[in-house]
Amino acid sequence: MGTGRLYAAVAAGGFRRYATYRVATAAGVFTNTVFGFILAYTYIALWAEKPHLGGYDQAQALTYVWVGQAMFAVMVLGSNGFEAELMERIRTGDIAVDLYRPADLQAWWLAADTGRALFHLLGRGVAPMVCGALFFELALPTDPLTWIACLVAIALGTVVSFAIRYIVALWAFWLLDGAGAMQLTWLTGVFFSGMLLPLNVFPGALGEIARLLPWSALLQAPADVLVGEADPLGTFAFQATWAVVLLAAGRLVQSAATRRVVVQGG
Amino acid sequence: MGLNSTGTTGSTGSTGDISNTGYSGYSDGMDRHFIELDRVEKVFDVRKKTGFLRRERREVRAVDSISFTVARGEMVGYIGPNGAGKSTTIKMLTGILTPSGGRLRVAGIDPSRERTRLAHRIGVVFGQRTTLWWDLPLIDSYRLMHRMYRIPDARYRENLDRCVELLELADLLDVPVRQLSLGQRMRGDIAAALLHDPEVLYLDEPTIGLDVISKAKVREFLRDLNAERGTTVLLTTHDLQDIEQVCRRVMVIDHGRLVYDGPLAGLHEVGDSERTLVVDLERELPPIEAAPARVVKVEGPRQWLAFPASESAAPLVARIAAEYPLVDLSVREPDIEAVIATMYAEQAQYAKQTEFAKQTEFAKQTEYAEQAEYAEQADPARRPGEAEETVP
Amino acid sequence: MAETGRGPYGPYGSYGPYRRLRDGLRAYRLIAAMWIRSTMAYRASFAMTAFGNLAATSFDFVAILLMFSQVDELGGYTLPEIAFLYGVVGVAFGLTDLMIGSMDRLGSRVRDGTLDTLLVRPAPVLAQVAADRFALRRLGRIAQGLFVLGYAIAVLDIDWTPLKVLMVPMMVLSGGLVFGAVFVAGGAFQFVAQDAAEVQNSFTYGGSTLLQYPPTVFAKDLVRGVTFVLPLAFVNWVPALYVLGRPYPLDLPTWVAFAPPLVAAGCCVLAGLAWRAGLRSYRSTGS
Repeated sequence: MGTGRLYAAVAAGGFRRYATYRVATAAGVFTNTVFGFILAYTYIALWAEKPHLGGYDQAQALTYVWVGQAMFAVMVLGSNGFEAELMERIRTGDIAVDLYRPADLQAWWLAADTGRALFHLLGRGVAPMVCGALFFELALPTDPLTWIACLVAIALGTVVSFAIRYIVALWAFWLLDGAGAMQLTWLTGVFFSGMLLPLNVFPGALGEIARLLPWSALLQAPADVLVGEADPLGTFAFQATWAVVLLAAGRLVQSAATRRVVVQGG
Repeated sequence: MGLNSTGTTGSTGSTGDISNTGYSGYSDGMDRHFIELDRVEKVFDVRKKTGFLRRERREVRAVDSISFTVARGEMVGYIGPNGAGKSTTIKMLTGILTPSGGRLRVAGIDPSRERTRLAHRIGVVFGQRTTLWWDLPLIDSYRLMHRMYRIPDARYRENLDRCVELLELADLLDVPVRQLSLGQRMRGDIAAALLHDPEVLYLDEPTIGLDVISKAKVREFLRDLNAERGTTVLLTTHDLQDIEQVCRRVMVIDHGRLVYDGPLAGLHEVGDSERTLVVDLERELPPIEAAPARVVKVEGPRQWLAFPASESAAPLVARIAAEYPLVDLSVREPDIEAVIATMYAEQAQYAKQTEFAKQTEFAKQTEYAEQAEYAEQADPARRPGEAEETVP
Repeated sequence: MAETGRGPYGPYGSYGPYRRLRDGLRAYRLIAAMWIRSTMAYRASFAMTAFGNLAATSFDFVAILLMFSQVDELGGYTLPEIAFLYGVVGVAFGLTDLMIGSMDRLGSRVRDGTLDTLLVRPAPVLAQVAADRFALRRLGRIAQGLFVLGYAIAVLDIDWTPLKVLMVPMMVLSGGLVFGAVFVAGGAFQFVAQDAAEVQNSFTYGGSTLLQYPPTVFAKDLVRGVTFVLPLAFVNWVPALYVLGRPYPLDLPTWVAFAPPLVAAGCCVLAGLAWRAGLRSYRSTGS
């Protein structure tokens, strides 16, 4: 009964926590905009060389650039989200306290991360997108339904993003130093999310495999929905499947980790 | 208990001959005005949000026309509530901050203009921020000091040996700093600040968070340092015992102004503060009668007696022990914040009447106090509790 | 507000610039050595992060390779030509990143007050901040830059003259100084805005990304901006296009290709002034 309200409060806390850093947010928007400009010009050159590369026209490719910058913070593609903190709690043993809380550990952190993602969508996502639309000709949909579908895809993407990072953070129960694991996740994420280049531009089998991996749910999926290159329902199903699978995997790891804590005596 | 500096003779006073610091070229005047502040002020512009996108700019006088001098070899406590301007003053004295006005000299150097030159002559210990290298053995931090301050090898070795011995660091030198306890780390930090023979040592809350034994060690070390080397010590603290056991002179700052400068006993008088004697008797008895102390609380066989902080506890204890069946007793010091609060309340009232006159008078008095009293006061046999007539 | 008088020798008294430079370099060396020893306390972690740094910094070139898996030219440039541009900026930026890459931590040092502990040391603050968190893992960026540069030089069909050969190290060193100036100016800005480390990143990391591509890719106004306003173009574009025998998209005289050292010196002077202004404002406001 009260649990819904509890997690809502946790999410609100996650939102507020990031909302306090106004200057950092503005600076982040600035950086995303600068990178958006640089990438946009390289994409223009690329699509001038080969129009309809990967099935995108130039406007779609540019839209992809700015969606990518908008999703950069939302999907935690550039830095750390909650996982650094969670790892620290595991390392110091504070995690034992969390495990005895009446709230579910995974749900607790999911709620907090959702709050953060919502703030980053508003604070770090909207401004670069608007800026991109002002300076470049983007393929933005006129149909509000497409926008809504894109928001749903973003929401599902954040859950997948969370589920991946949650599993990684729990590695800290077994590894003493989580920095390496975090870096590896980050590298994989940047490469396979399409942050480097749209996955449909990846050559041959690499591209096909990349599109099946969970990271494609973070950026490629919402972008494809927005520019009308993907069937929304199929995309949702793909994202939701990965979300369920990864959240379940996270729970498995969590219960193994919990047993470990109990065995060690907290 | 008094300030017994173990086995040292001679004066630690301002005019004493401090042979091992090697600055014999300085005149007496220089020694007497080793640290000199003349109407120093620090004004900050604070921007406060008053609404959406609206900010109000306000000037805050963190330090408001403070004047004092400290003679070479003095040990001075600098106290005041949080945000009173203590750390701003320390930051100006160390050259971190530039004063907005007034004149400031440390060892004849203008700290803000010749920060790096001054750095060779001062040592700084920040109580809550270690300057030691977290992941490296303690000795590595000292080796860095050795080279960064260009300390001659023999001198470094001698100073290190001394610090290691007096601060009991021998077993810790090869331990990574992150594994040291808070007290060990503080001792390590103090040693690091002294390897280059600074003439003045600033300590910002040096005993904060330490256990009783560590506190005692730190205080004892500071007394020895002052006695043997004539190092001038200026410390900020929240712990009245730091002052009582280390400093002969205390300065109180509040709202950016110097509100008291004199011996600690005088501060108690000014603040009308009281110490508390907690007495455990063998059995429940009617309230003890022992003027000037008065019973403020009785709880079974335990009684609380308040007595003026300026009074010595010894005769009182002797009398009670003679007349009552005593099991145990302890003395509780007045809370520093409370002392300052009472004192400041009185000051404020007083100040309303003669604002300007008081300030000028005050400045004069502090200078007097500095010149006359402290040279004498340096006599280690003298109790801080029995000091002379005092200011306001 | 009365600045307490400034003596005849400027704000540092008789403590001359030569001695400050010497002291600064010495302090830098001492502190950097301490950081190296600190990281070596965790060898496994060091190996992992060094590899991670190499992989992460190689990603930019991977993106270019992926592009060239689909096209033969980009902005009229071939892969080896772009690799040349990439290699030069990679090594130049890598050197700067290695030397003073932690300047962006200045803001957090201001916030948590640890900057004060540097101000009571007998060494210039800039040197101490520059050496902060010195990390050998950053050699990864230089290594991949050198690798790509080596590939480009091996494959490219350039008429190498002694002058052109000399221009390669000249570009790398001047480029490193230009980036260094940006790092220092960015650090100075953090005295004012402590949370603005990202702004600095967008000029340093963003700038190096920009320079990995040929100038023909970008809008003329952007190229003008990085040539005349924030002269990043002198890191590689202007001199490298001379080496490659390519025309610069803006109308510049040929001798400009040899100007990077001058530009770098100018940038360093400006950055030094910005740093002094920033430090002065910190010391007068303490925030």
